[in-house]
Amino acid sequence: MLKDEDRIFSNLYGMKDRSLKSSIRRGHWDDTARLMKKGAAWVVAEIKESGLRGRGGAGFPTGLKWSFMPKYQESGKPSYLVINADESEPGTCKDREILRHEPHSLIEGCLFAGFAMGAHTAYIYVRGEYIRERESLQIAIDEAYDQGLLGKNAASSGWSFDVFVHHGAGAYICGEETALLESLEGKKGMPRMKPPFPAMAGLYGCPTTVNNVESIAVVPTILRRGSSWFSQFGRPNNAGTKLFCLSGHINNPCVVEEEMSIPLKELIDKHGGGVSGGWSNLKAVIPGGSSVPLLPAKICEDALMDFDWLKEQKSGLGTGAVIVMNNQTDIVKAIWRLSKFYKHESCGQCTPCREGTGWMMRVMERFISGNADLAEIDSLLEVSKQVEGHTICALGDAAAWPIQGLMRHFRHEVEARIKANKNSNIAAE
Amino acid sequence: MSDNLRKVVIDNVEITVNPALTILQACEQMNKEVPRFCYHERLSIAGNCRMCLVEVVGGPPKPMASCALQIKDLRPGPNGESPVIKTNSDMVKKAREGVMEFLLINHPLDCPICDQGGECDLQDQALSYGVDFSRYREPKRAALDVDLGPLVETHMTRCISCTRCVRFITEIAGVPEMGQVGRGETSEITSYLGQTLTSELQGNIIDLCPVGALTSKPYAFSARPWELTKTNTIDVMDALGSNIRVDSKGKRILRIIPRNHDGINEEWLSDKSRFMWDGLNRQRLDRPYIRNTSGKLEETTWDLAMTAVSEKCSQETKILAICGDLINVETLYAAKKLMVSFKGKTECRIGGSYLPPGDRGAYVGTASIADIDTAERIFLIGTNPRIEAPVLNARIRRAWLRGADIKLVGEPAELTFEYQYLGAKIKDLGKLSEKFLKSNLKKNSLIILGQGALLGLHGPNIMQAIKEFKEKTKSELLTLHVAASRVGAMDLDFVSDIGFDSSIEWSEVVLNLGVDDYDIPKGPFVVYQGSHGDRGAERADVILPGCAFTEEPGTFINTEGRPQMAFKACDGVGEARENWAILRALSDRLGVPLPFSSLEELRTQLFQENPKIASINEVPSNSWLAPRKFSKECLNYSLRTVIEDHYLTNPIARSSVLLAQLSRNNRMVKSKKEIENL
Repeated sequence: MLKDEDRIFSNLYGMKDRSLKSSIRRGHWDDTARLMKKGAAWVVAEIKESGLRGRGGAGFPTGLKWSFMPKYQESGKPSYLVINADESEPGTCKDREILRHEPHSLIEGCLFAGFAMGAHTAYIYVRGEYIRERESLQIAIDEAYDQGLLGKNAASSGWSFDVFVHHGAGAYICGEETALLESLEGKKGMPRMKPPFPAMAGLYGCPTTVNNVESIAVVPTILRRGSSWFSQFGRPNNAGTKLFCLSGHINNPCVVEEEMSIPLKELIDKHGGGVSGGWSNLKAVIPGGSSVPLLPAKICEDALMDFDWLKEQKSGLGTGAVIVMNNQTDIVKAIWRLSKFYKHESCGQCTPCREGTGWMMRVMERFISGNADLAEIDSLLEVSKQVEGHTICALGDAAAWPIQGLMRHFRHEVEARIKANKNSNIAAE
Repeated sequence: MSDNLRKVVIDNVEITVNPALTILQACEQMNKEVPRFCYHERLSIAGNCRMCLVEVVGGPPKPMASCALQIKDLRPGPNGESPVIKTNSDMVKKAREGVMEFLLINHPLDCPICDQGGECDLQDQALSYGVDFSRYREPKRAALDVDLGPLVETHMTRCISCTRCVRFITEIAGVPEMGQVGRGETSEITSYLGQTLTSELQGNIIDLCPVGALTSKPYAFSARPWELTKTNTIDVMDALGSNIRVDSKGKRILRIIPRNHDGINEEWLSDKSRFMWDGLNRQRLDRPYIRNTSGKLEETTWDLAMTAVSEKCSQETKILAICGDLINVETLYAAKKLMVSFKGKTECRIGGSYLPPGDRGAYVGTASIADIDTAERIFLIGTNPRIEAPVLNARIRRAWLRGADIKLVGEPAELTFEYQYLGAKIKDLGKLSEKFLKSNLKKNSLIILGQGALLGLHGPNIMQAIKEFKEKTKSELLTLHVAASRVGAMDLDFVSDIGFDSSIEWSEVVLNLGVDDYDIPKGPFVVYQGSHGDRGAERADVILPGCAFTEEPGTFINTEGRPQMAFKACDGVGEARENWAILRALSDRLGVPLPFSSLEELRTQLFQENPKIASINEVPSNSWLAPRKFSKECLNYSLRTVIEDHYLTNPIARSSVLLAQLSRNNRMVKSKKEIENL
């Protein structure tokens, strides 16, 4: 278990004051200028060394992402840092705690990250429903400006840096980085084609890096305590500490900072107060937010919560949002509910996702009662494969994976339902 | 191989291409067809239909949209090998079949009652990538139709959300009136706030729509494409000479669609040109008429009509031939020959715009339409291109999007791009700073001179003033005409030495070739030769029914001086004859037979005498005459635009019920706007 002194987010639960004064007391903004004097290259190298991988779901190495930026910088064009605080994935609620209780870790992280990639401006795109969170973030930014930590010569570092908060309107798709940029530009939040990637042509066609809130908020502490401190946690290639969001059928749903590669069982038992009805009552766990395939109880037994282990099990760490389902769960209905979510949030731009998400949802709906044909299981899987990888953004993949996970591990249950339903053999057209 | 070309292997064939091309374009270069719905070469890339997926070997393990992926973004192999693309691998086929299935699940399979049937991209591609059964057992989606006005019919349930229409209306037409609202499977293409479309290029979205969601309202359910006789010809509704295809069934023309011509209309067509065909079937002069003693026009025979004309004409008679807007060069040539043998006069400058005879560098200009694409500065003088030539306007808009600086002198107009308004008078060109004029010398600069600038007494002087401005700014000049026949008539020197009004006063007999926009005063004996019973026919003493431009072959020279051939799409109405043949027959009656007896003979002589006309589809360069001295008074004259109602400029358009409706809608929109602005 992570020791208290190794926690990056010391006020995750809002037990302390979130003001600048209190943040400074907890170690934020401590000699920021001195660290920045070491140079942008040092910051990037340190983050690369620390092994920090993006906390937004895809797990792309953060330092590497930053290092793309200078390649595309030409004279006259500004660079932008954009923070993705459009946290809308079902089950994920970690960035929210940072925005509410630890806003200064994010703001200071923005300054470091912006400095490292040569950006003088950061936009924080806050999810539409996060109203109090936005307010708290804005108060923190105002405080930082008042104390000269932002603006011209931010924190006496000689680097000018501005941070703007943009409030979204509550569309899940705007959490996709290019849709977020479109939305930020005032257009309809529809994902862009890649390439060009944002590092080359992002916000207003300028080099842009989009990072998750958590990825940026951990940066100041990494720089202060050193990359080796950060990389000591977790298995190789899965370094650091991570916020995990525990929800579902557990006794104590919570957001907790733990080291990477912590066994799932330990995470649930120690922090979540155990599965309701006991570990033996566990049915399945979605380990990384609604878009990753679920894991059945058998695999959960020795599951490690990191990118690589979960990927080997054809699931993913995603955002680290653990959704626990016990044996009282109607697992088919649960996955149908996710399908319904993705159908509702599909932007409608490209064909496979627009048409496929609705199709998958409707078939899943019939599976709940078993009013279907056995052959439809395979046809649904094929449809999900037709969506996966054929779309502009990853929402298509996200809609397909939960269903694929369900069929991989609980196909027998779906089959049993279809067999039990007397009306299942629906007539051919 | 030059450095900026790249090698790429497509389906085992290595080709060398410009790295800026997309994979889809590279495939097209090697004649490899890639199916697509949303991609259109003249619109921005949307990449949303996902039909054009191809396999990029060595890339991410998923197919890529070839319409959006540039060759330069392909990574070479580990040892620098050329990137490898596959367009027919199993992965590609499976991906496209998947997309096709998705497109079809919510598309109504109502091809038998769909107007797009037979020319539907979805139908065609379903043949290659579709299957003959459906796995989709859920209820299909339906969408409410949208009222887009009298031209475009909608069946939104058929829409596949390719957004071509949205992109056209926004990018090319420049009136953002359509969009996709909602999201996911409930997203719909609609016009904003449910308004009808106002663009004068809206008909093009019918062609663009790859399915039967947007179809032509006037053409609805009248034919299947394979039943139609297709004639490639030239449009005469404006002076651009847009390339069109006239689709007819028997004697009736059922629709007109554009043909691609990069130099003129690209592949667009204005609504006026596209939908005027109902005017070709109405108000037609189908037999000769003669004015009887009580002053009424009554039906007669060709013989009696010709006799009536010949009785009025002798070698001493002062005969004047005037030429309307839609007359082809062959007819004008015959008329000119006829007038020469009578020592008569000819005149074509209806509307009073002054065009200097013989000075082709002025009345045609020195630029071609395509020069707009490279122009960095455009001066619009006395013109409203949006209503005088909507397709040309779209090209100017593209230049503006590219960054061209546009200035306007004349009546302020509501155009589809931003411009700097200098003022209503030529002297307002003087507002341009010295610095600006100096920088102009190094820029591609173009003057588009409208007929409105040349109206009235000051016309000749203004022409010289413009020429002086052209020399001073080192610009090119494009004189924008509004009549399809005007340049041809000027090339044949179909002008008099005394101007239009004076020659009418001078004349005793007027041979009126389709002039309907000028009221001939009492006095001269008027022979009207034309196709429609319009204003000109009312004033006539004898009416000789002629063919309309779709019913006879002919040559037209467009506003940039490019001769093009129009062809016969269907037979004339009733007893109407080909126009050159009427004049040939008349010359016999008048005792001065013209020296040709077939169109071929006529053309041989015409081309011999006018070699420029013989080079069909070429824009000859014109010699430039230095400007003469002119009276400075003209500089204070406020310029007007020449067209009042875009939809009602010629007898065919005026006979069209549809265009009348468009004209009314247009007026209503305008007055509504005026009320709102009060």
